Formats: sequence, structure tokens, C-alpha cells
Amino acid sequence: MMIPTLLVISLLIFFIIELPSGDYISNQIAALKSSGEQSSIAKLEFLRREFSLDRPFFERYLVWVGLWPGPHGFEGLIQGNWGWSFEFDKPVDQVIGPTLPLTIVLNFATILFVYVVSFPIGIYSATRQYSWGDYGFTFLGYLGLATPNFLLALILLYLFNRWFGLSVGGLMAPEYIDQPWSLGKATSVLAHLIVPTIVIGTSGTAAMIRRLRANLLDELHKQYVTTGRAKGLKESQLLVKYPLRMAINPFIADIGNLIPSLVSGSVIVSVVMSLPTVGPVLLSALQSQDQFLSGFILLFVAVLTLIGMLISDLLLAVLDPRIRLGGGASS
Amino acid sequence: MNVLSIEGLTVDFNTAEGSVRAVDDVSFVVPENRTVALVGESGSGKTVISQTIMGLLPDAASISSGKVILADPTGAEPPVDIATLERKGPRMRHLRGNRIAIIFQEPMTSLSPLHTIGDQIGEAALLHRNVSGAQARELTRDMLRLVQFPDPERALDTYPFELSGGLRQRAMIAMAMICRPALLIADEPTTALDVTIQADILKLMREVQAELRMSVLLITHDFGVVANMADEIAVIYHGRIMEKGTARQLFSDPRHDYLKALLNAVPSFHMDRDERLVPIRPIILKSEDLTRNRPHCDVAPGEPLVEMRGVTKKFTLRKGSFLGGKPKTLTALDDINLTIRRGECLGLVGESGSGKTTAAKAILRAINLQGGKVLYNRGKGLEDIAALQGADLMDYRRRVQLIFQDPFSSLNPRRTINDTLMEPFEVHGIGTPQERAERARSLMNLVGLDPRFLRRYPHSFSGGQRQRIGIARALALNPEFILCDEPTSALDVSVQAQILNLLQDLKRDLNLTYLFVSHNLAVVDYLADRIAVMCRGRLVEVGETRTVTGNPLHPYTKALLSAVPEPDLSAQLDFAALDANRASEPQLWPEPFRLTDGVVPSLVEMEPDHFVCAPGLKNSGALEGTAA
Repeated sequence: MMIPTLLVISLLIFFIIELPSGDYISNQIAALKSSGEQSSIAKLEFLRREFSLDRPFFERYLVWVGLWPGPHGFEGLIQGNWGWSFEFDKPVDQVIGPTLPLTIVLNFATILFVYVVSFPIGIYSATRQYSWGDYGFTFLGYLGLATPNFLLALILLYLFNRWFGLSVGGLMAPEYIDQPWSLGKATSVLAHLIVPTIVIGTSGTAAMIRRLRANLLDELHKQYVTTGRAKGLKESQLLVKYPLRMAINPFIADIGNLIPSLVSGSVIVSVVMSLPTVGPVLLSALQSQDQFLSGFILLFVAVLTLIGMLISDLLLAVLDPRIRLGGGASS
Repeated sequence: MNVLSIEGLTVDFNTAEGSVRAVDDVSFVVPENRTVALVGESGSGKTVISQTIMGLLPDAASISSGKVILADPTGAEPPVDIATLERKGPRMRHLRGNRIAIIFQEPMTSLSPLHTIGDQIGEAALLHRNVSGAQARELTRDMLRLVQFPDPERALDTYPFELSGGLRQRAMIAMAMICRPALLIADEPTTALDVTIQADILKLMREVQAELRMSVLLITHDFGVVANMADEIAVIYHGRIMEKGTARQLFSDPRHDYLKALLNAVPSFHMDRDERLVPIRPIILKSEDLTRNRPHCDVAPGEPLVEMRGVTKKFTLRKGSFLGGKPKTLTALDDINLTIRRGECLGLVGESGSGKTTAAKAILRAINLQGGKVLYNRGKGLEDIAALQGADLMDYRRRVQLIFQDPFSSLNPRRTINDTLMEPFEVHGIGTPQERAERARSLMNLVGLDPRFLRRYPHSFSGGQRQRIGIARALALNPEFILCDEPTSALDVSVQAQILNLLQDLKRDLNLTYLFVSHNLAVVDYLADRIAVMCRGRLVEVGETRTVTGNPLHPYTKALLSAVPEPDLSAQLDFAALDANRASEPQLWPEPFRLTDGVVPSLVEMEPDHFVCAPGLKNSGALEGTAA
């Protein structure tokens, strides 16, 4: 199922990216024509042919994917050629290459942060509904949802800089940029991860606390919980074994949705904090109609989503016997 | 010796509006190896008493006074006053599931869907009996054998959703029994089950009780169950004990008005045709508003209104995969031929899974059929409803309406009653807003509810009131044919009597035709003119109500009738004969009734107007039509 889905997604992405009239090179040509320069135009026309931009839409799409021979034979995504970035004048993999691992590290840290923080708080809030602690966390949660991310980012950056002397912006101290990996660079990256993780994860955490609390409250009043209690189980054992198992299902199902929102949702924060992640690159690529670059990034996010969905489906099947054995036995 | 003695128990609930007394000065005892029935309607406080004994009262409740003394008959532990124990403390936990155990009403929801039966049953043994995991598994297997699971070894690793309701309730009983408690609380243990399963479970509870010599506190509102199970009875109303005594005393000589009223509200097979139930809170029908502007029905009384001809419906249980593999199917309706006559009430009876609700859905055109057709007479002769389209279909939808089983989930909790009642008019574009509002008010009047309640949301109504709203909604479009899908199975007896009488009066005043689907034979017997019995998707017997209940010919109907517990000590269930009568397997029916796969379940008229499914008689024409 994944392969046809990916094909449809890639077609849609390509279609949407090509919606604005013209492309990067024709825009360049227009700009050059108005300034009267003829010599470079010939070079740009050559580039247009080189990247098959002069061909019809479907041909262009198939060349990009690698199902149609381009000027140099089959050379598309399937063959591992991710395309050319006009803006950076480099192959796409060289533009994105350094940012991808950092993006993944940042996203993974954020997801971990969201789950680690929201679970204990959600459980606490649900089991002690309407207590002072519950109200307190509810208040903090709404605060987290309502505060604009970039504002939080600026405040935290300032505070971390004042308290710990952390350099402002980026994912590592300036002296490590473009240096080979070392212990010092890794710790620097880890230290710089803290602020973006908190900033990007705050609203997600707040939302997840609310949902876990609501789910758990629903489950806590179900009959099977009373059954467990009537057996003489301790409250803590009972909570972990029965309602919590039921309440986490929606969260596992959610992993797939979390990933794209973390990539696209963190664009503004990444720009504000000048993080070397995919987000800002995507933004500029979209603005300048750098189509191969933006197309590849969007497709990459789609792949991440599909993988996330696959993981959550597999996890659900492992955790929930109704999905594993039920197999649509409903009448 | 009394295992449980409750003395002057008073329980208060502290709510935002002040304190509410749920249980008021209640005293009774449960002697060793005896069954005491606590009888009352919902909201009478009987569940609060069971929660008190289990130490499961919600935080808002507090025991204001009284004692709840549990004395273990084995003498292993000194008597304790449960009322003084901390509810979540270790001493209460030691008693819960160990010395006192409970079975709940809903076997569907009282087991966790994510854990195996073996895991959930064995858990109690692990907690209280100081055994290893393997020993707990061994004990669990023994218990499953005791509650007569067909294959105890395999059942250990099954999940609750793979089991039927009856088996789940058996698993619950096994779970409660595994620590051999001194006291078992059975909170409406059979209300959610079919009659035949109910009889099985009651029999099982008796056997287990005899084997383990335990005391049972049976909480129920069903006098049929009480008559068959209880040694002693306590009747509770609004948190107070109205009357208590032995079963013999209370059934032969009820003293208190409330008990008399409750007993009068139970339908039984011995009632005369025109005898009416006496609900505790009757509804006076004001149907003038509706009778005035009712459209005239062109079908003469007694003429066929609906006809099902060879209706067949199969459900796919598991799809075949890409690589082949046979799809599994279930035949929900197998060649059903049934006629519903104008103005009659046809009772459709059967256990759950017999296809009776599917039959109702087929008439509603809510499902697609694999074979056969449903015909309906709109005054222009019988028409195939599958061919209806556009305006004709909308007209059909106006004529045929449905009353649902569960009054709690069939009303949208986010819409006011007014929205709910107005929706049919909006869908069908009937009337101006003023006329619609006027209609909604008259509908509320019709079902005996105050029109001022229209602005409320469903949560502020009781089950019986919600069911009346459901009836009002079904009546909104002035239908001529109403499908009632177990409309009273979720209700108390007294409320059931009220709803049944309401349905009866509506039918008389509005000239309605009913298809009344139910698993409760006594209810169908009270309301229906004719009865159709279904089993495993086949129609097995059709005839006049009195003929079918008085002289059942088909083995399945006989089994169904023998499993109905009657609220009468002189007509107790014959538990010993139950196993012999087990008759829900069509292959095991004796000739000429035997049905194997592939045999057409044809009906034979064995008595005048009394049809029985007997394929064996089909070809021996001599017998056909004669009295058997």
C-alpha cells in the first residue's frame, strides 16, 4: 500500500509546486531580459533543457521521479538522484544532507520530550481530577498552548544565555560549525537542543496532557476498572494494568501525525533561532520556486509520515488484541 | 450463622446541591449458604448497598451510621465491620475479591478487552492465595471447568471479545469464585442475557453455591429470577427496606403496597387476553392531537402490509486476503418468509444473534439483501421496497419508523429534546417552524411528558423517559408501521409496564401496526397478536400468540418457553431439564425439524394458521396442513 500512496503523494506535490506560473529559471531569464543581458540567457536556456523544464507536465514529473528518460537517461528519485537546487547551485542532497540528521535528532528529542513530560502529568491530573495540582497543570497547559512559540524561544534563549552562557541561536556553539564530530561538539549540540525542544514541544505537550487526561478519565469510570478493584488490586497496579493500557492507544495511533507537524510547525521557531534544520530551507525554496529542492523536502516529510503510520499500526496490532485478532469480525 | 449482617446502614452522597440520602437505615442479614434477594427499581439504592459491602463507594459517598459485619463461616478470621475500614486500605483490599466477590450486570464491559480471560481470572488468585503464576493458571483452569467452559485449556488464552455474552458472564463467575469467597454479590447477573443463557447462568450459580457452600446476595429487579433463586427477599424503595421475609411469605402474601404494585407490573403467561399490567406510574394517553390530522391508511385491517419473501442476508466475517483464502460468511437471514398484517402486533422472538434485528433492518431498507425482497403496501398493492426511489422512498420512510433498544445511546446527548423531535420534520420538509414547534409539544403530551422539558438535554431524563422521547420521535411523522427493537429490555419492570401500556394504547388510538422484536417471551406474549420465532437466521415457528405459547410445536420454541423464569413460586424453572432441552443447534433438532446447511427452511402449516419449520414434513404431503 505504501508505494502507490507515495506515488500519488509525489504527483500531488509536483503538481502543487508547479502551480505558480513559470519556474526558477524562466524567472531568472525574465529578470535578465529586463536588464538586457543576452549572454547568460543562452546558458539558462541550456539549463532549462538540461533539467527537462521545457517538456510537458507529465513528462517533467516522470523524469523527476525517474520513470522517464531525461537528457542523461533515467536519473530521478528512484535512481537516487534527488535533483538540483538552483538557488544554492548545488545538488539537493548536498543542500539538505547536513540538515537532515539534525532535523531528525531535533524531532526525535521533541517527541520524546512531549511523551516523557505529558504522561506523568496527564496521569496525575486524571487520577486527582479537580485537585489543586490538576488545576495548576491545566493552567500551565493553557499557558503553553497560548504562548506564541517564537516569543517563548526568544525568552528562553535570553535566559539560557544569561544563566549558562549558551550561545544564542544555532544547534551548536559557533566554533564547532563545519568541524568534524567530537565529544565537545556532541555535548554542545545536546546543550543547544534543550531550548528548541522545549519551545517546539510545549504546545504539543499541553495538548497531549489534556487528551491523556480526558481519555484516562473516560476509562477510569468504565466497568472493568471496578472489576479490577473488586478483585482487591492496589490502586497503582490497577491504573497501570487496565485504564492506562486502554488510554494510550490513541497516542500510539498519533505517532504518524506527529512527525510532519513537528517539521512544518517548527519552521518559524527554526528561523527565529536560526536552527540548521530543514524547515528554513523549505521556506526559502518555496519562496524562490526552487522546485526540485522543495519537492524533495515535501516528499521526505511524506515518507516520514508514512513510516510513522506504519510504526503506529504495527505497535497497535501488538498492543491491542482486538486489532490483531478481530480482523473486521464485526457484523 | 449470618455471613453478612447489616444494621441500620445509612449512606449519604455529598453533592454540590447538598447531601442526598441514598440508603436510609437499612438492616438485613445474609445467612450462610443461603440466597437473599434485594429487589428494587433503579435508583432505589440497591447498588449503593452492594458498593458499601465491597468498599467500592465513590468518594462523594459516606457511611453516616450503621454496621456492615462480615463473619467468615470458616472461622479463619474474626468478624470485621466493613463500615469502619478505610475503603482503599490494605484490610479492605484483603477482603475484596477474597472473602467477598461480585458479579456485575454487563458481562460485555466488565472485563478488560486487552487482557486474556486467564490473566484476568488468575489475577485474583495471585493477589490473595499466595500462589505462583503456574499455580494460578492451574486454579483458573479448574475454575473455568467448574463454570462449564467448553474448552477450559483454550479459554485461558482467549480475549473477552472472542466470547459470547453468556461465556463472558461465566468467566466473571469464575473470577469471583476463584478465592472461594464467603459471600458473593450478584448485581443483576442475568439482566443483559438471553432467556436461555439466563437459565443456564442461574443454574450454574446454584450449582456453584451448593459446591462451595457460599452465601449469595442477589440484586435484581426481575421477579422471575427472584422466584427461582431466592430463599429470602428484601424489597427496597428509595433507600428504605419496605418489606422483608422468606420468598414464600412475600410471594403468597405481599403486605406492602409497593411490593404489590411491583408484582402487578410483571407480565406473565397466565394473564388473560384483555388483562392489563398495572404500572406504578401510569401514563394517561392524550392522542386527540395526533388522531385529528392523521393521514388515512388505505390498507384494510388484516390485509398484508409488509411481506418478506425469501429474504436472505449474509455477512462477511473475514475478508479473503489478496492471496486467496475463503471469505467466512454468516447467514443472518436464511430464506425468511413472513407477512405482517395491517393493524396487528407481530412479535419477533429469538436469542441474540438469531437475526431478528437484521430482519427489522431489512424491512427498514437499512441493509442490502443477497436474495429475496421485502414488499410493502402503500395503498396501491404490494411494492418491492428495493425499487423505491426519490419521493416514493421518502414517503416509505415516513410510513415506517423505528424505536430503538437502548434509550441512552439512541438520543444525541448534544441536542436538546426539541432538536431531536424537530429533526424528522426538517428532513422531510414538513410544516412551518410554528407548526413544527406545535407538533413537538403535542408529541411530548402524547407520551406523557411535560412540553416544558423540550429545552432539556437527554442526560436529565431517566431511562423510561428517554424511551418515551424515542417513541415520540418515532411518531413524529405520523407513521403507520413501527418497528420496536427490544424497546423495554433496558428498563425496570415498573417502567417496562408503563412503556408496554403506552405502546398498546398508541396502537389502538392511532391504528398502528407493530413489529415487536424482543427476547423476552412474556413481554411479547403480553403485547403481540401473533408470534414469529427465529433461530440462527431461520424462522422456525409462526402463529397466534396463544397457540404458540400454549402449544409450542418446534423444539426450539419449547426450549425458549421452558427457560423463562416466572414470578411464581409454584412454576419454578426445571433446571435439571434445561440441558436436555438445549436446542439452539439446528443440526441437532429431531426429525422432522432437523436443518442441515443447504436445506431450505420451509414452513409447514401443522395447525390452522400455525406454521412450523419442518423440512422433514415438506414432501410427505399427507401431513401438511393437518393437526400434528
